[in-house]
Amino acid sequence: MSTLWAVVRKDLQLFLTDRRAVLMHLVAPVVIAGFMGFVFSGSSGSGGDRKPSRVAVRVVDQDGSAISRGIAAGLAADAMLEARPAAREEAREDVRRGRVAVAIVIPPGFGQAAGAALFRPAGKPEIPLLYDPSHSAERALVEGLLTQHAMQAVSRHAFSPSGVEEQMRSLEDAPLEPARKAALRTLLASAAALGATGPGGGAPAAMTLPYSVRAEAVTASAQVPYSGYAHSFAGMSVQFILFAGINMGVAMLVDRQRGVWKRLRAAPLSKGFVLGARTLSGALIGFTTLCVVFAAAVAIFGVRVQGSLVGFVGVLAAFAIMASTLGLLIAALGRTPEATRGVSIFAVLIMVMLGGAWVPTFLFPAWMQRATLAVPTRWAVDGIEAMTWRGLPLASAVPAIAVLLGFAVLFEALALLRFRWEAD
Amino acid sequence: MLEIRGLRKRFGDRLAVDGVSFELRPGEIVGVLGPNGAGKTTTVSMIAGLMRPDEGEVHIDGRPLRDDTDPAKRRIGLVPQELALYDELSARDNLRFCGGLYGLSGRALDGAIGSALGLVGLQDRAAHRVGTFSGGMKRRLNLAAGLLHGPDILLLDEPTVGVDPQSRNAVFDNLEALKRQGKALLYTTHYMEEAQRLCDRIVIIDQGRIVAHDTLRGLLRLLPAANRLHVELPATPADGAWLDDLRTLPGVSSATLAGDQLAVGTSTLGPTAARVLAFLEERGLPCQHVHSERGDLEAVFLELTGRRLRDS
Repeated sequence: MSTLWAVVRKDLQLFLTDRRAVLMHLVAPVVIAGFMGFVFSGSSGSGGDRKPSRVAVRVVDQDGSAISRGIAAGLAADAMLEARPAAREEAREDVRRGRVAVAIVIPPGFGQAAGAALFRPAGKPEIPLLYDPSHSAERALVEGLLTQHAMQAVSRHAFSPSGVEEQMRSLEDAPLEPARKAALRTLLASAAALGATGPGGGAPAAMTLPYSVRAEAVTASAQVPYSGYAHSFAGMSVQFILFAGINMGVAMLVDRQRGVWKRLRAAPLSKGFVLGARTLSGALIGFTTLCVVFAAAVAIFGVRVQGSLVGFVGVLAAFAIMASTLGLLIAALGRTPEATRGVSIFAVLIMVMLGGAWVPTFLFPAWMQRATLAVPTRWAVDGIEAMTWRGLPLASAVPAIAVLLGFAVLFEALALLRFRWEAD
Repeated sequence: MLEIRGLRKRFGDRLAVDGVSFELRPGEIVGVLGPNGAGKTTTVSMIAGLMRPDEGEVHIDGRPLRDDTDPAKRRIGLVPQELALYDELSARDNLRFCGGLYGLSGRALDGAIGSALGLVGLQDRAAHRVGTFSGGMKRRLNLAAGLLHGPDILLLDEPTVGVDPQSRNAVFDNLEALKRQGKALLYTTHYMEEAQRLCDRIVIIDQGRIVAHDTLRGLLRLLPAANRLHVELPATPADGAWLDDLRTLPGVSSATLAGDQLAVGTSTLGPTAARVLAFLEERGLPCQHVHSERGDLEAVFLELTGRRLRDS
C-alpha cells in the first residue's frame, strides 16, 4: 500500500507543483465553457428563459401595393426578426457582406398577382429571397415567417370589399369554365359578406393560422429552465480531462527518457502494479479537476445537478478513470514525448468533436449520431447532461458509467499488452 | 554475493553483450571499464532486472534472480547513468518516492532519507527543489536515491558523467565509505583514472565481450613493458639496423620509431634509460628531449584491442 501511495503521491505532487499548469487545467475549462454557454444560451441574461437573438433581414418593396406594404409591416413587427426596408442593390450588398442573413424582394405587381393567384393557381408571382449560404437555418426561419405574413396580407386584401370587387372584375375575362366561374362568384360574394369588417367591426378579416403553438421546454421539471452552460461545461470539462490524460501519458514517456523508469523497473514491482498506480493517480487528478470545474459551474453559472447526484459523481468518476487509461494507452503506443503529444491532441480533438462536446450531436447527420455511440466522449457528455439539466434518475447514468468503465478496461488491457516494459 | 553467469543480449543484428561472467564480493568495488557502446549499461540493466537477458543468469547468494517482483531485487540498489530525479520536487520528496518504491514508509523512510542525505552531504538542501541543484549535487542525490532501501549490492552506471572534479571526488569518498560498510559495488566507467583509483578488480569489456578481468596490478602485468621512454631525436633517421641493435639492449622490450619520436618499452626504467641514451649518443643521434610514462589501463586496452579507450 505504501508503494502505491508513493507513486500516486509523487504524481499528485508533480501535478500541483506547476501552479500555472494547475491554474490552466482549472481556469481554462471554466472560461471557455462559460463563453460557449453564454453563446449557445442566446443573448445576455441568466437562466434558460432568455430571448434568442433576432434575425436581421432586409425587405425590398418594389411593389408598393397595399399587400406588399402589409407584408413589410408584418415582418417589421415580428419579434423573431429585425426587418429593415432597403433598396434591392443595398440589400444584396448587405447579404454579400454578411451584415444580414436574408433579404426579401417583393417585385412590382406582386400584390395584384398574388391576390388573383389566391383563387387561381396560374400566374403565381415569385418572391426572390437573397440569402447568405452560411446561414441556411435563418433562411428557413425567414421563409416560414414570410409565408405567414404574406398569407395574412394577401387574404386580408382579398376578403376586403375592394379586393372582392377586383376579383369579380378579373373573373369576367378569366379563361375558366362557366361552372367554376359561378362557384368562385358565390365564394367571393360570401367572402364580401363575411369580410366587410373583422370581428367586432374591426379591420377586414384575413386568413390566420388555424392553431397557436404553446412551446414547453422539457427539462428536469417545469420550474427548471434549460441551461446552455450545463452542456458547455459537460463538453469542455470532457475535453480538458482528456488533455490531462494525454499529459499523463506523455509524462510517462518523459520518465522513460530521464531514467526514472529505470528506478521503477529496478524495484520489485510488476508491470500491472506500476501501470495500475499511474491509472489511479491520473484518475484522481482528473476526478478532482472535474469536481472543481463543476463547482465553478454551479457557483458562477447556475448549473444544477437536477438528476441523481450519485449518478453525476459516478459519471465523472468513470470518465476520469477512462481518461486516465487513455493516457496510459498513449504512453504504451507512443515513442517520443514530442511526436506523441501532437498525434494525441489530434485524436482527442476528434473524439471531443464526435462526442458532441463542441456542438450538440443532434446537429450531426443521423448516421453520424449512431456512429458516435462508439466514442466514449459521447457517453460522458450525454451522461453529464442527463444528470444536470435533464434531471434524470440514477438508472439513466448507469449505461454511461458502464460504457465508460468498459472503455477503461479496454484501454488498460491494450496498454498492458503493448507497453514497452523493458528499459531503453 | 553477486554472480553473473554468461549474460548475452542481442538487439536486432547487434550482439550487445556476449557471454559476460564475473562475480562481486562484499566490501569490494569491481569496475567495468570499456568505451562507449561496449555493453556496460546493457550488462548493468540485465543485472538490475531492467531487461531480460537472452541467455545467462544473475545469482544473488547462489540463488538466481527470477521475475520482476523477486524480493531479492531489494538487495540491489541502482544508480542509473541518467539523473533519474524530478527537478520539480524537493530532494526529500524525490527520496520519499524512491524509498516508497521499496515499501519504506513512516519513520523508517524518514530515517533512511536522513542517512542517505547525510552520506552525500545534502542534509541542508533536503527541502530545496532539485532543479536548483548543481550537476554535482544532483549526482550525489542520484546516488542517495539508490541507497535508501539499504541494498548490499550497488550498481553504479557511470555515476560521474558530466561532474566537475570536486564533486567527482565527493562521490568517490561516498563510494569508499560504502565499501567500508561492506557493500559490494559494481562501477561502470569509460574513465580509466576512475577505475584505477577506485576498483579492487577491473573487468575490461569491449564490443560486448570481456577482454580482461583482474586487479589493476594483474592487468598491468599484461603489458609487455611497465614503463615507456619517449625520446625526441634531432631529425628523422633512416630506419635501419641501429633500431634492431637497440632492441637487443638489456631491459629493452620494444622500440618503435615514428618520425623523429622514438618509443622504448622497458620494465626497469632507471638503468635502461641510461643505456638507451648512451646508445643513441654513440650512433650520432643525440637526444633533444626525453620523458617517461608508466603503463596504465589505457595501454592495457590498447594492447588488448589495438584501439585506444577514448577513440573507440
